[in-house]
Amino acid sequence: MHSKKAKFVSRNGRALLMLIVVVSACKREQRQFDPPPTTTNPAIVQSELQPGGAPQPQTSTKSPVEENANALSDGKRLFSLYNCTGCHANGGGAIGPALMDETWIYGSDPASIHSTIVEGRPNGMPSFRGKISDYQVWELSAYVRSLSGQLRKDVAPGRSDDMNVHRSEQRVERKTPQQSTIPKAAEQP
Amino acid sequence: MTGRNAPGFLLLIISLNLAFAACARRENSQPSGLPNRVQNQPTGAQQTGVETDDGQWTMPAKDYASTRFSSLDQINSSNVASLKLAWSFSTSVLRGHEAAPIVANNTMYVVTPYPNIVYALDLTQPGGPVKWKYESKPASASQGVACCDVINRGVVYADGKIFFNTLDDYTIGLDAASGKELWKTHVGDINKGETMTMAPLVVKDKVLIGNSGGEFGVRGWLTALDATSGKIAWRAYHTGPDADVLIGQNFHPFYTQDKGKDLGISSWPADAWRIGGGTTWGWISYDPDQDLIFYGTGNPGPWNPEQRPGDNKWTCGIFARKPENGEAVWYYQFSPHDLHDYDGVNEQILLDLPVNGQTRKVLVRPERNGYVYVLDRTNGQVLSANPYAYITSSKGVDLNSGQFLYNETKNPQAGKVIREICPAAPGAKDWQPSAFSPRTGLLYIPHQNLCMDMEGLEANYIAGTPYVGANVKMYAGPGGNRGEFLAWDPVKGEKVWAIQEKFPVWSGAVATAGDLVFYGTMDGWFKAVDAHSGQLVWQFKCGSGIIGQPISYRGPDGKQYVAVLAGVGGWSGAIVAAGLDPRDPTGALGFVNAMTDLPDATTKGGMLYVFALP
Repeated sequence: MHSKKAKFVSRNGRALLMLIVVVSACKREQRQFDPPPTTTNPAIVQSELQPGGAPQPQTSTKSPVEENANALSDGKRLFSLYNCTGCHANGGGAIGPALMDETWIYGSDPASIHSTIVEGRPNGMPSFRGKISDYQVWELSAYVRSLSGQLRKDVAPGRSDDMNVHRSEQRVERKTPQQSTIPKAAEQP
Repeated sequence: MTGRNAPGFLLLIISLNLAFAACARRENSQPSGLPNRVQNQPTGAQQTGVETDDGQWTMPAKDYASTRFSSLDQINSSNVASLKLAWSFSTSVLRGHEAAPIVANNTMYVVTPYPNIVYALDLTQPGGPVKWKYESKPASASQGVACCDVINRGVVYADGKIFFNTLDDYTIGLDAASGKELWKTHVGDINKGETMTMAPLVVKDKVLIGNSGGEFGVRGWLTALDATSGKIAWRAYHTGPDADVLIGQNFHPFYTQDKGKDLGISSWPADAWRIGGGTTWGWISYDPDQDLIFYGTGNPGPWNPEQRPGDNKWTCGIFARKPENGEAVWYYQFSPHDLHDYDGVNEQILLDLPVNGQTRKVLVRPERNGYVYVLDRTNGQVLSANPYAYITSSKGVDLNSGQFLYNETKNPQAGKVIREICPAAPGAKDWQPSAFSPRTGLLYIPHQNLCMDMEGLEANYIAGTPYVGANVKMYAGPGGNRGEFLAWDPVKGEKVWAIQEKFPVWSGAVATAGDLVFYGTMDGWFKAVDAHSGQLVWQFKCGSGIIGQPISYRGPDGKQYVAVLAGVGGWSGAIVAAGLDPRDPTGALGFVNAMTDLPDATTKGGMLYVFALP
């Protein structure tokens, strides 16, 4: 037999759950029609070796889009439209390295990926400075992170409009990012 | 030119004349210079333009007819079992090694993949120590526009010089004795997606080179450089107006579909020819009698065919040109309006072949679309085109009209996945060159057995980035073996024997007068088989998978050697060379799906292996 108290708790619990869903969905479903300007001068540290022992304060720029499903969906579309797929395939890599694995040559945090896209990297990653709007670079960076399961499952894209090639970004196994031990440049004389 | 230089110039002319005279003498003395056995043709197929085999290996294809046949016979089926490793050499590079070692004047020359280091190894000393080393230091960014690994297919030796191409579009001439740079010419632009991977061919005083980048919307060309100065003598584009393609009044294609003004513009949507591909990254042959070069053109861009209605001239076809000024003499298009990335760049072997009781000057070409073509090389007529692989994408070739008959149910479409397209994008055979033995009359073809699912996507052109527009997944064709090494009778136009291999056979082949044929596998086995029966008679496990071109030469000690570069990679081996993720079947343009077990079978590492009898 259920008491009134139990009913009360259950009703309250439901309300609380609703509230949580609404609050979290708030950012998830947000549409940014006039994207805010973002700073693009993140302090990126790519070495574990820090003279003096005291770690440098890492002031990683926060991605404005990582909790927004719409931005992620855009990022997935842009990844193909800007020909990222031509070099990185659907995350498995081709001319460029795989993006769905745990290995990161130039950093896995949003700011590092952002600067990789904007600045380019020495072994073949082109610089897209001036070619892609800053907000779209953040959308792309977020999508790149979703390929190895770094984002919340309810934000990452759930399906592909094209040939089904592998598990959706929503269901992909999360890989713990690791710095590449042998940078590509060091493999070659 | 100043008066001071005139004596030097005269001297150059005299020495060039002497060189030509020497060539002529050599050609005239051919019949007597040939071993008797070579003239006995079991099947009637004859190699043309036979150059006397001096035991060297000065160009990747061995000779102008591209036979890759060595007339050395010390190593044969009776003693090959005792063939041993004589020495080896690490190239210090880890990517795919597709080059042929080149041997001239008791020196071996090897070029590595990016960063394109050239080593000269002294064959007169035990163990082949390094005589000199030349570092070309290509721009590291060029790695980002190389579609299918950062490979290089070899150097070429001519007149005391070494010529080769770098990934970042330089052609370099070196002094073969010292390694000193003689000239370095910038011929392409990585910011348009151009790279260079092919081995040059030297004809008279011209170094012939071509660009890569069919997956980047580049405009393909063949260029001739002056061998002495490195200056560009002429350039023939493979799309655009006739003036750019070097089509003039001496151009006489055999079939009507190749006749007309400026087809390189009218067979494309407006301006699409400017980014239409048709690159030259394969092989060139030369017929001294006709004074013609023959070579093929690559795929049109993008892969998605719906974005480029029309025949897309002059992609996926073969040109005959005059080496002197580049003018086109004839052309034939293997795959008009290419649908499946069937580049037309494969090797052509120049033979004299009996056709309906008549001996015809032909070129034989195991084409990417799955047919062995026999073309009359005087006019470009297709004499036969017989399938050597499993094909679903086409129904054959109409020998009257020369038209390639597509199977329309396998035409790729945007937004729709078309399945079981065979052969897959790399074709029934990619760049890996076959060998011809005049002793058996057979052509030995290393190739693959792959099919694919393909979906067209809208491709955006952004200069210097890929221009493909397709999702592709490859997998093994019928039988499950992804590779095959087969012997082909070019007279009967049929398969004689075949060896099934687990992985695509991505190495070249060499045939010898010892009636052996050598090739390598992607899991690292270097094999010798009997040229008549295909029976495996010897094998050696190399440290890494083999995608290089084996050769055979006579050392300063008079012994016969066989050499090959190991070092897995290339398009097929990218999963290992570039460490791609096997969970994405579309990786490496869909090749990853067919190669997920390769990382278990081999590891990377560039190494030269040289074998001899004890």
